Amino acid sequence: MKAAKKMKKKAPAGAHANVGSLLGSPGVHLVDLTQTLSPDFPAIVLPPEMGQCRPFRSEEISRYDDRGPGWYWNNVSFGEHTGTHFDAPIHWISGRDLPNNSVDTLPIEHFIAPACVIDCSAEAKADADFLLTVAHVKAFEKRHGRIAAASWVLMRTDWSKRADAVVYQNLDETGQHTPGPDPDCVRFLVRERNVLGFGTETIGTDAGQAAHFKPPYPCHYYMHGAGKYGLQCLCNLDLLPATGALIVAAPLKILQGSGSPLRVFAIVPAR
Amino acid sequence: MGEPAKRPKRKNPVLRTRLPTLPPAARSRVALGLTAAAARGRLELQVCLDCGAVQYPPREVCRDCLSHRLAWRSQDGRGELIAETTLRNAQELFFRERLPWRIGNVRLDSGVNVIAYVHKNVRPAPCRVRVEAALDRASQAVLIAVADRGRTDMADDPRLREMTCDPHGRKILVTDGKTALGQAIVHGLSAAGADLIWIGEAEPWKKASGFETLRALPQAVIVPLDVTDSRSVHQLAGEIGGKVDIVVNTGDYHRTFGIASRHGVETAQLEMEVNYFGLLRLAQAFAPALIARAADGAANAIAWVNVLSIFALANHPPHGTYSASKAAALSLSQALRAELRPAGVRVINVFPGPIDDDWDQLELPPKLSPNALAKAVVDALKGSVEDVYPGDVAQDWLARNLENPKALEREVGGKAP
Repeated sequence: MKAAKKMKKKAPAGAHANVGSLLGSPGVHLVDLTQTLSPDFPAIVLPPEMGQCRPFRSEEISRYDDRGPGWYWNNVSFGEHTGTHFDAPIHWISGRDLPNNSVDTLPIEHFIAPACVIDCSAEAKADADFLLTVAHVKAFEKRHGRIAAASWVLMRTDWSKRADAVVYQNLDETGQHTPGPDPDCVRFLVRERNVLGFGTETIGTDAGQAAHFKPPYPCHYYMHGAGKYGLQCLCNLDLLPATGALIVAAPLKILQGSGSPLRVFAIVPAR
Repeated sequence: MGEPAKRPKRKNPVLRTRLPTLPPAARSRVALGLTAAAARGRLELQVCLDCGAVQYPPREVCRDCLSHRLAWRSQDGRGELIAETTLRNAQELFFRERLPWRIGNVRLDSGVNVIAYVHKNVRPAPCRVRVEAALDRASQAVLIAVADRGRTDMADDPRLREMTCDPHGRKILVTDGKTALGQAIVHGLSAAGADLIWIGEAEPWKKASGFETLRALPQAVIVPLDVTDSRSVHQLAGEIGGKVDIVVNTGDYHRTFGIASRHGVETAQLEMEVNYFGLLRLAQAFAPALIARAADGAANAIAWVNVLSIFALANHPPHGTYSASKAAALSLSQALRAELRPAGVRVINVFPGPIDDDWDQLELPPKLSPNALAKAVVDALKGSVEDVYPGDVAQDWLARNLENPKALEREVGGKAP
């Protein structure tokens, strides 16, 4: 809430009397950051005796046929954490008692926010278990300026370009191997930079091996514990500038929802 | 075993694909007792509980003492072929297409005369024979006289081979090849001479031990198939449906929860998604093509196998929701059977007891090995049965269920934690 107020104050008053004129400005364009919700898109893998997040499924209601002669539509089903999705603070036990912590009660002001995109694509290519550290973040800030409060921090790894689901999941007998932030980095972003949330191209905001970190799943633990958000399974982060893009990420208004698949896109300024 | 069936000649695409015909299927209600036993591979005849006389054909009262207390009892089928003939003319379309046909009159040692189909390896009458019950293409019991010594392979006689669903030379879809059971069945069908085996693979990012060994089999083709996804099922049916001769539904989602031991319905829904809706999706996608190819020469569409569970008969409370999903699948398989029967495509249900896998870890032995279950599936296809209860536990449950289903429910339910 605090962050939202700050954001409002910062907005240059009267810069765009008509919001439409912003989008119509030369060079300003939109970038879709969303993967297609498809039955083939993998869901998170947990031990099989645990509860499972349902992958996306679609069942036809009718298709201009005897079930509905003039119309086509489907019933769809999915877990709240399927495909490109948003994590609300209530998703994690550390955020369970916060006010307005579920997707139906989140402040609407947070659904549009600036983004810092940290390019880790070279590091992630070299090491699937690459961890983003405070040092990396400070190096980013040295080049692009301090990460503003209430910003999304998006970790670009080009992981979304792994079209083969097997390579995207990257599982072996020791679990998943995907990049993510280390615990110190998450603490820094939450405590020192007061970010809005953390976004990744992988299936979680945490690294594939984060179950073994201290604490386990630090990005979920600290971000949600501080009322911050997560965005996962993003794509096209390579089309965003390091700073300056606005992210539109509005989860579905699900009663007591812990998150939701959503359409995420960026408004990118002229170069 | 005699000369194995050769790979059939390729189809002439100019000729019309024949439509299936069936042998006469009408039976009285009492005569269905013969079918009920044949469905499990047994020959049973009525025996009078008052005077002990064996009865044939099936009837309401004893042929000797007129008692109505007749009970179906297993028979060894031994007897003498006293006369035989070869049918060269028939009004029934089914027989017209298959003449000549050898039939004979057998005097069973139990004292009744039966008319039976005679296996081609049986010497000319008179001679000793053994009479077996089999299901014909109409899924009704018929009697078959085979040589009284040694093992007889129905596949050795072209007329009788049609009563089997022999996997030799056939194109088979195994819907889930990732489980130990699915893999054992693929290996079994491969060894039995299947021409081609499509092996369904869901969630390819989850590696399953042993799955890679399937790629080495000459007949194996791994295909994406997730029975919880209608799109995936219809996609595969569109690609291969017109080629599949046998569907072996190995899809199985097994969790070990009762009602109180698991909050919510999510796990139970997933069990239903795979075990019940998975079968429904497969049936809607593949059954029409099977029906269309039910008389497509020697390599015709011929069978559908469901691996169910003995827990479908009575709920095993520690696996309560799983049992319910398998009971639902059993019920649906009866609808599938009714829809496939007019085409002569056989639905075989397999009811294993606990299997030696992760989900039955806490079940006490004896447990069925995946290989033993695979052998039961292959044997069922080579024979002419509809219901298979492999292993000691399944046989025990079957016997108890036939005797008193309520007692079985109470005995099994009594073990709930």
